[in-house]
Amino acid sequence: MRQLAFLLLLSLAAPAGAVQPDEMLADPGLEARARALSQGLRCLVCRNENIDESNADLARDLRLLVRERLVAGDTDAEVIAYLVDRYGEYVLLNPPATGSNLILWVAGPALLVVGLGGAAVYLRRRRNATEVAAQPLSEDERTRLAELLKE
Amino acid sequence: MFVEFGHFALSLALMIAAVQAVVPLIGAHKGWRGWMAVAAPAATAQFICIALSFAALTWAFVTSDFSLRIVVENSHTLKPMLYKVSGVWGNHEGSMLLWVLILSGFGATAAWFGGALPERLKARVLSVQAMIGVAFLAFILFTSNPFVRLAEPPFDGQDLNPLLQDPGLAFHPPFLYLGYVGLSMAFSFAVAALIEGRVDAAWARWVRPWTLAAWMFLTVGIALGSWWAYYELGWGGFWFWDPVENASFMPWLVAAALLHSATVVEKREALKSWTILLAILAFGFSLIGTFIVRSGIITSVHAFANDPERGIFILAILAVFIGGALTLYAARAGSMEAKGVFGVVSRETALVLNNVLLSVAAFVVFVGTLWPLIAEMAFARKLSVGAPFFNQAFTPFMVLLAVILPVGALMPWKRAKLGRTLRELRGAFALALAFGALAFAVQTGRSALAPVGVALGVWLIAGAATELWVRSARTPSRLMRLPRADWGKAAAHSGLGITFIGIACLMAWDVEDIRVAQVGESFEVGGYTITLAGVDEVEGPNFLSTTATMRVARDGREVAVLHPEKRVYPVAAMPTTEAAIANGLWRDIYLVIGDPQDGGGWAVRTYIKPFANWIWAGAIIMAFGGVLSLSDRRYRVAAGARKAPALAQPAE
Repeated sequence: MRQLAFLLLLSLAAPAGAVQPDEMLADPGLEARARALSQGLRCLVCRNENIDESNADLARDLRLLVRERLVAGDTDAEVIAYLVDRYGEYVLLNPPATGSNLILWVAGPALLVVGLGGAAVYLRRRRNATEVAAQPLSEDERTRLAELLKE
Repeated sequence: MFVEFGHFALSLALMIAAVQAVVPLIGAHKGWRGWMAVAAPAATAQFICIALSFAALTWAFVTSDFSLRIVVENSHTLKPMLYKVSGVWGNHEGSMLLWVLILSGFGATAAWFGGALPERLKARVLSVQAMIGVAFLAFILFTSNPFVRLAEPPFDGQDLNPLLQDPGLAFHPPFLYLGYVGLSMAFSFAVAALIEGRVDAAWARWVRPWTLAAWMFLTVGIALGSWWAYYELGWGGFWFWDPVENASFMPWLVAAALLHSATVVEKREALKSWTILLAILAFGFSLIGTFIVRSGIITSVHAFANDPERGIFILAILAVFIGGALTLYAARAGSMEAKGVFGVVSRETALVLNNVLLSVAAFVVFVGTLWPLIAEMAFARKLSVGAPFFNQAFTPFMVLLAVILPVGALMPWKRAKLGRTLRELRGAFALALAFGALAFAVQTGRSALAPVGVALGVWLIAGAATELWVRSARTPSRLMRLPRADWGKAAAHSGLGITFIGIACLMAWDVEDIRVAQVGESFEVGGYTITLAGVDEVEGPNFLSTTATMRVARDGREVAVLHPEKRVYPVAAMPTTEAAIANGLWRDIYLVIGDPQDGGGWAVRTYIKPFANWIWAGAIIMAFGGVLSLSDRRYRVAAGARKAPALAQPAE
C-alpha cells in the first residue's frame, strides 16, 4: 500500500527537469549553439528563468523548437527572429538596444559621465579652496575637554 | 494565551515607539534634558516588547499551535525542529516581525552603547529610528498580523514550502535583515545630522561602525543566499540577477560606497553632504528591496510572500521616509561646508572615483531591475531584462573599480605622486599579469573572462599585500603592529579579489555533462570517473526520496561517494531535487539525479565547477575584514570614551 502511494506521488509530481538527455542533438556543435541560445531565452511562464534551466513543460517545448530550427539550418539570428515573431521581445533576456531600450543601455554610461563631471568640478574646487582656520573651542567644549583630561 | 500576550506586546511596542519618536525630538529641539532622556529607556522597552512578541510566535510554531493562521499555513507536526523555528520567518508576517525585531534591536544597541554621543544627537537618532519602527509596526498590526487566530483549527498544518526546508532558511534571512535594517542606523544618523545641521569627523566616526556592521551582515547574508541558490536547483545558480537578488545587491553597493565616503568625512572633513545622501539612499534601497520582494510587482523566483495590497503600504512608507529625508536634505545640505583641501591626485580623489563607480553600478542594477516595468508603462513594450544584460552592463564598472582600487588604497591623503605609488605596485602588477597569462595558457580558445578575472583578482590581493608591506615600512616585525583597521581593509580588498577569481573561473571553465546512465554504469566527465552505483527509495521525516548512490573517482582513486536525491513532500504535494556536491578548494563536483528513463536507466547531470567556493570564501573574508576594522581601537575609543583615557590618534 505504502509502495503504491509512493509511486502515485512520484508520478503525480514528476518534474520535467532542465535539459533532458533525449532532447539533446547528436551533433555537438549544434547542441552547443542550442545551449548558448537557450540561455538567452526566457521561459515565458516561469519567474525570470531561462529555458535552459527551467523545469516547465513550455521551456522544454521551446528547447525542442530551438533545436528543430537549428537542425533545419537556421542561423542563430534566424532562430531568435523566429521566436521573437511568435512570442514577442518578452522572450529575450537580453533586451535589444533599439528604440526606447536605448535609454536602458545608455543610462549607466551616461550617469558615469555625469558623475565624473561632477567629481571633476568638486575636486577642482577642493584643490583651490583654502584651509578653513581651526575654530577656537567654545566654552562648552572647553569644559568638556577639561573633564576628559581630568579622568 | 501566549499568543494573545505576544499580540499585546506588539501593540504595546507600537505605543512605545510612538512616544519614542515624538518626545525626544521635541526635547532635543527645546533643549529639555528630561524629554531627551526618554529615548534610551523607550528604545530598550520597545525592543523587549518586540522580542517577547517574537518569542510568543516562535513558541506557537514550536508547539505547532494550529489555531494560528500562519502556523497552519507554514508548518506541520512532522517538520523537523530546525524548520519549525526557522519557519517563523519563512513567511510574510513572521519575516516582518523579524524585521522590526532587528530594527528595534539596532535602536536598543544605539541606546546602550551610545553613551559618548552628544545627548541631542542621540535623542534625535533614537527618535528617527523609532519613527521607522512606528511605520513598520503599524504595517504589521494593520496589514500582516501574525497573531490571527482561526475559529476552527485544523488537526495539522499545510507544511512549509519544501524549497524553504533547508538550513539556508535558518541563517540567510536573519543575516540579510541584519544588513538591510542595520542601514536604518546610518539613515537615522543622517537625518539627525540634517536636523542638527552639523556633520563633522566625530559624526562620521559614530556612524561608520553601524554602517560597517550592516555592510558585513549584508555581505554574509548575500553570500549565504548565493550559496543556497547555488546548491538548490531551479534557482539559477549562484547569481542570475533575479530582481530579489538585485534588491539585496543595490543596498550592498551603496553601503560599500557609504563606508568609503564616511572615511573621507572622518579623516578629511570633505564629502559631507554626499555621505549624508548616500546614507539616505542606502536605506532607501533597502526599502525598495522590501517593496520589490513583498509587492510581487516584479516576478522573481525567490519571492515567497507577496501581496500587492501590502506592497502599497510599503510604497507609502518608502515615499514618506525617503521623500521626507530627501526634502530635508535639499533644505539643509547646503549648510555643510567641506573643510579639507586636497590635490587632484590623492586618496580623496581615489575614494571619490570609488563612490562614482559604485553608485553608477548600483544605478545600472536599479534601472535594469525596474526597466520591464518602466518599458511596459511608458512605452507599452513587454520585455525582459535578464542575466545577459547585467553581465554586459554591470561588469565594466567592477573591472574599472578593481583596476584603480590598489592604486587608490596605497595613495596618501591630501597629495600623492602617482608615479611613486605605481612604482610600489610593480610587483603586484607583474604577479597579476603572470597569473592572467597562466589562466590564458590553461584554457584553449575560450573567452577572455577567466584570464581577465584572475589577473584582476591577483592584482587586488597582491595590491592589498603590498599596501600592508609599505605601511609597515617594509619591516616584518612591524606588520603585526599595524592598526587592525589596516588589516581589515587589506582583508576586505583581497576578499573581493578572491570573489573575482571565483566568479571568473566558475563562469569560464564550468564543465557539464547530461546523459542517461544505467545502474552500475561508469562515465568520464572532466577527468573524473563517475559510477551510478544504485538508486534507492528512502523515507525522510516529512518526505519520500529517490536517492542515488554515485561514486566519483580520479585516476582509480575514490574521491567521494555522493547521494543526489529527488524528494516528494506529500503534504505540500511538491517535488524537489536535491543536488549532491563534493566541495573542494579547486573544484566542486555537483551531481543531480533526474527522472527514470523509458528504456531503463536514469537521467544524470554532472557538473565540475572550478573555484566555486572561492566566491563565498571571498565574501566571508570581506566580512571578516569588516570585523577586524570594527575591532580597531579607535572605534572602541569612540564607543567607550567615558571610560577610556583620551588617547592620541596615531598619525597615518
